[in-house]
Amino acid sequence: MGLQRKDLLTIAALTVDEIQLILTTAESLKEVGGRDIKKVPALRGKTVVNLFFEPSTRTRTSFELAAKRLSADVINFSPSTSSIVKGETLIDTARNIESMQADIIVLRHPSPGAAENLARSVRSSVINAGDGWHEHPTQALLDMFTIKEKKGRVEGLTVVIVGDVAHSRVARSNILALTKLGAEVRVVAPPTMLPDSIEHFGVTVFYRLDDALIGADVIIMLRLQRERLSRALLPSIREYAKLFCLTPERLNLAKPEAIVMHPGPLNRGVEISPSVADSVAAVILDQVTNGVSVRMALMYLLSGSGERSTLNE
Amino acid sequence: MTISLQPQERLLMDAQEMGRALSRISHEILERNKGIDGVALVGIRTGGVFLAQRLATRIQQIEKREVPLGELDITLYRDDLSIRKDQPEIRKTTIPFNISDMKIVLVDDVLFTGRTIRAALDGLMDLGRPAEIQLAVLVDRGHRQLPIRANYVGKSIPTAREEKVQVFFEELGQDDRVSILSS
Repeated sequence: MGLQRKDLLTIAALTVDEIQLILTTAESLKEVGGRDIKKVPALRGKTVVNLFFEPSTRTRTSFELAAKRLSADVINFSPSTSSIVKGETLIDTARNIESMQADIIVLRHPSPGAAENLARSVRSSVINAGDGWHEHPTQALLDMFTIKEKKGRVEGLTVVIVGDVAHSRVARSNILALTKLGAEVRVVAPPTMLPDSIEHFGVTVFYRLDDALIGADVIIMLRLQRERLSRALLPSIREYAKLFCLTPERLNLAKPEAIVMHPGPLNRGVEISPSVADSVAAVILDQVTNGVSVRMALMYLLSGSGERSTLNE
Repeated sequence: MTISLQPQERLLMDAQEMGRALSRISHEILERNKGIDGVALVGIRTGGVFLAQRLATRIQQIEKREVPLGELDITLYRDDLSIRKDQPEIRKTTIPFNISDMKIVLVDDVLFTGRTIRAALDGLMDLGRPAEIQLAVLVDRGHRQLPIRANYVGKSIPTAREEKVQVFFEELGQDDRVSILSS
């Protein structure tokens, strides 16, 4: 077994079998998080480097915890404290990290394709923890895991993705993963927040939240990225909240057992009302717990290829 | 009942012998522990789990009480993870009771180098602090590489190092038996 690849860069490149292998492995690893001693020796002696060029607490901590539960050593690099402010390029930074014998580099970067670029230049395994508006594959995998855990399957479910799909790497990775696994995907947002020709991704487009929610099994709320308001996508936050906030009344339009997901951090009262965020339908904290198991699974599966394959340059 | 053997297969134990060995081990477990107070069985995946289930059934028939039963996957504790080319599949560890202060009988099908048992001991210790760990195996084939010995042995079988000993299980749709497969 094991993944027959050096890196985890996109959902787009994964086969359905690879996704299933990651999810099954994560399921077996979840038990470790429930123990008194939350640590297994599987990656003893391996080094994981978190290289984050964008602020992130949740994702970085999740990767760090995942690595530590597998007994790997973890180093955190962030640009404000390192040589990047002195003008070093991403590749040079990474080559330096590699020279310190890093086995896995976890990269978050504002530029789409940064992880792929890095993966071509270093022998270490690279895990994409978000590259610009492109992809956030580990978020999609943990979302698939959570859906499977709560609903027993992904295939055949109706999943609604609500919010700024155009500028969301979470949405892109989730659409790819959900369609690969056979879910029916709906996207709903103001037209300014939906990319052109999104139908080509195999999704159905809605502009009114109420219409999209009817018959939904899973609702994925995207965070309203307030920093984008200056780009004139929206007249105001209040108007967005009025039209797209998930309220208890709107949640009632979905199936009775529907679950509500959110990648965090929450804007309470903007995209999700506090009473929905705290309701039994919300599985937002399960997503956080499952994120650690899924990232453990990935690190375990990627560290399999004992001898690093040569660079594909 | 006639068993259809595979080519290159030499029979070491048939279904009856397997059954008798498990019955004897059940009695030995009860004798050594003076009943089943504080005793639990933990099978090592995959073969050990089937054997632990069978031992539990026999012990329950004798004692009229249920004995706690767990399943242990040792993959994460293997000592060859960093040198293997391919990662072995991780399966679930399910131990639905607290092992602290229990007398744990670890169950495996074949005792060979002892490395699996070393991994299982580490795995168990991470789950709690048992009062005692005992080892039951269906077959001891020798060639130990670590100082490990079983408390209960179904059958000791001298083998050559390069031979492969395999236990076949009804649970997997096979005829119950133990065989040497020569390559």
